[in-house]
Amino acid sequence: MNIHEYQAKNIMKKYNIPVPNGVHALTVEDALKAAKSMESAVVAVKAQIHAGGRGKAGGVKIAKSLEEVESAAKNILGATLVTPQTGPEGKVVNQLLIEQGLDIEKEYYLSFIVDRSTSGVVIIGSAEGGMDIEEVAEHSPEKVFKEVIDTSVGLQEFQVRRLLFNIGIPKEAFKEASMLVINMYKLFMDNDCNIVEINPLVLTGDKRIIALDAKISFDSNSLYRHKDLLELRDLTEEDPREIEASKHDLSYISLTGNIGCMVNGAGLAMATMDMIDYYGGSPANFLDVGGGATKEKVTEAFKILLSDSNVKGILVNIFGGIMKCDIIAEGVVAAAKELDLKVPLVVRLEGTNVELGKKILSESGLDLIAASSLAEGASKIVKLVNDKAVM
Amino acid sequence: MSILISKETKVLVQGITGATGLFHTQQAIKYGTNIVAGVTPFKGGTQVEGVPIFNTVKEAVNETKANVSVIYVPPQFAADAIMEAADAGMELVICITEGIPVLDMVKVKAYLKDRKTRLIGPNCPGVITPDECKIGIMPGYIHKKGHVGVVSRSGTLTYEAVHQLSTRGIGQSTAVGIGGDPINGTDFIDVLKMFNEDDDTYAVVMIGEIGGSAEEEAAYWIKENMTKPVVAFIGGKTAPPSKRMGHAGAVISGGKGKASDKIATLEECGVLVAPTPDSMGETLVKALKNNNIFEKCLV
Repeated sequence: MNIHEYQAKNIMKKYNIPVPNGVHALTVEDALKAAKSMESAVVAVKAQIHAGGRGKAGGVKIAKSLEEVESAAKNILGATLVTPQTGPEGKVVNQLLIEQGLDIEKEYYLSFIVDRSTSGVVIIGSAEGGMDIEEVAEHSPEKVFKEVIDTSVGLQEFQVRRLLFNIGIPKEAFKEASMLVINMYKLFMDNDCNIVEINPLVLTGDKRIIALDAKISFDSNSLYRHKDLLELRDLTEEDPREIEASKHDLSYISLTGNIGCMVNGAGLAMATMDMIDYYGGSPANFLDVGGGATKEKVTEAFKILLSDSNVKGILVNIFGGIMKCDIIAEGVVAAAKELDLKVPLVVRLEGTNVELGKKILSESGLDLIAASSLAEGASKIVKLVNDKAVM
Repeated sequence: MSILISKETKVLVQGITGATGLFHTQQAIKYGTNIVAGVTPFKGGTQVEGVPIFNTVKEAVNETKANVSVIYVPPQFAADAIMEAADAGMELVICITEGIPVLDMVKVKAYLKDRKTRLIGPNCPGVITPDECKIGIMPGYIHKKGHVGVVSRSGTLTYEAVHQLSTRGIGQSTAVGIGGDPINGTDFIDVLKMFNEDDDTYAVVMIGEIGGSAEEEAAYWIKENMTKPVVAFIGGKTAPPSKRMGHAGAVISGGKGKASDKIATLEECGVLVAPTPDSMGETLVKALKNNNIFEKCLV
């Protein structure tokens, strides 16, 4: 689960991690009021969206007067920002963070992540602050430093020292930076984070260490033990169909194509998308109905697929293992009838009770096409959708 | 022969009285799996399906000599269940549970480091040695006993592969689901090693997906060490970046973990990669014929 920068900074404050003075603002008036209260010559107006790369997309403006704050806030609020992380459709800005400007001497990079290769928690640091760390790692790997933490004994002081020496923190700020790293680790572990990132971490003219930007993402699997964090979820940042799907325990992700897919199993769902692509079609979504799909779940899944106006055809691909094909067939028939399906539907069933399932489909009186393999199913739906587009 | 499990395996089920645990225990018994014990705290002394239930894994092991455990407990209790099984000296623990917090898995990995227990999963379909032992949630009937090993990060895609093999008359030695989580107990290389050393396995199908670099590492290992043909399929060519595709581990992050990179590395290392999920069976047939072992693999 992702949260906004201003929320991440509020959490950091609780862990004694220094952040700039800042105020969360929803309107231009609030932004102006916040800027006035800061009595600072320079103020940053920052778009709050769940995506990185805001600066380059025009979502962060430095203002040197109240007039500039006003015009920046007007420009950014309501604007759609397109960054490499938002996808081509971009994200609308509904919230701002107004922050006091800082006298920046140097920028660093610092993050804690769960590392797959060592199965542990890792700190990543670099003197190349404010840059995309993946790019730094790609082009100058010697500038990226890692410390692997043995979580059974926790972060050790020598690791903190080594990292800070490696990235070149000056002596005057060393103690403050050490405390920050230790507090960041505590924040990470206490809250089951996937990532805590400060980019840039800045050294100010008066040798203070401050988190200028902040990103925190939590492990969704652990939220049952962090009920307080659930309040930070911003549903307006999420896809409405993805929210609806999660209510029905369906795993759904919106894509940009026109063929809706309903599949059991995440791996097979991805493979089905690939197969559609192979035949020249384009999937509208990823949808895993899971192992225990019922008639009701299948109906909900169809509703979600059809709520996407781009969908011009649907491919159902089920490999019934534990899930029986006849149950799925009944669900498909019921859903198609209830929803008065108008787009072509191809159903590929395989596995347990497949003959019974096929019989239910063929006797349903519905205008659906059966397929006996993944290739046949994908090629048929692509052809149907493409032919229709030509007509 | 086979790897990991056989008809000698004595299975303990942790979470045997829950709906999922019970259903799959019934299925496994029907398949012929030797289930010797179940564990559910406070249900010790009772029985389900003729299987004795114990309060602790230790007690169950002492009484029944179970050597492999399968875990069906809910995600919030699963890490504890894995550690309990390891502490009781279990050789192999297969964790089916999906949704375990990742920091719990970090803890589990550290706990297992100096212990002999091998963990498979979590978030996996389990392991099957056809006609001998089925541990997990896979449909037993699609499998045929034979000589091709299968290892996969995905459940249903494994069934798809096995089905494509069985309908072509190609049997399987063992099929192993290593799971879709970012941190798991056993990786591709561990399983490939076992298949390489297993006299009854002549070739391997490896099914990967986007996210992480386990497939690339496996590719390099195969190039250096594998004496048997390996064919692969990688799911997620069309997956967008930064989105988790169902599995917690299936995400392209920072431009890393893309299907195209994995496929390129595998091919560079001499692994035949199926271009589509529908051609996994055909691709294996081609590899078997290239190596003159096709006839040997037919059952």
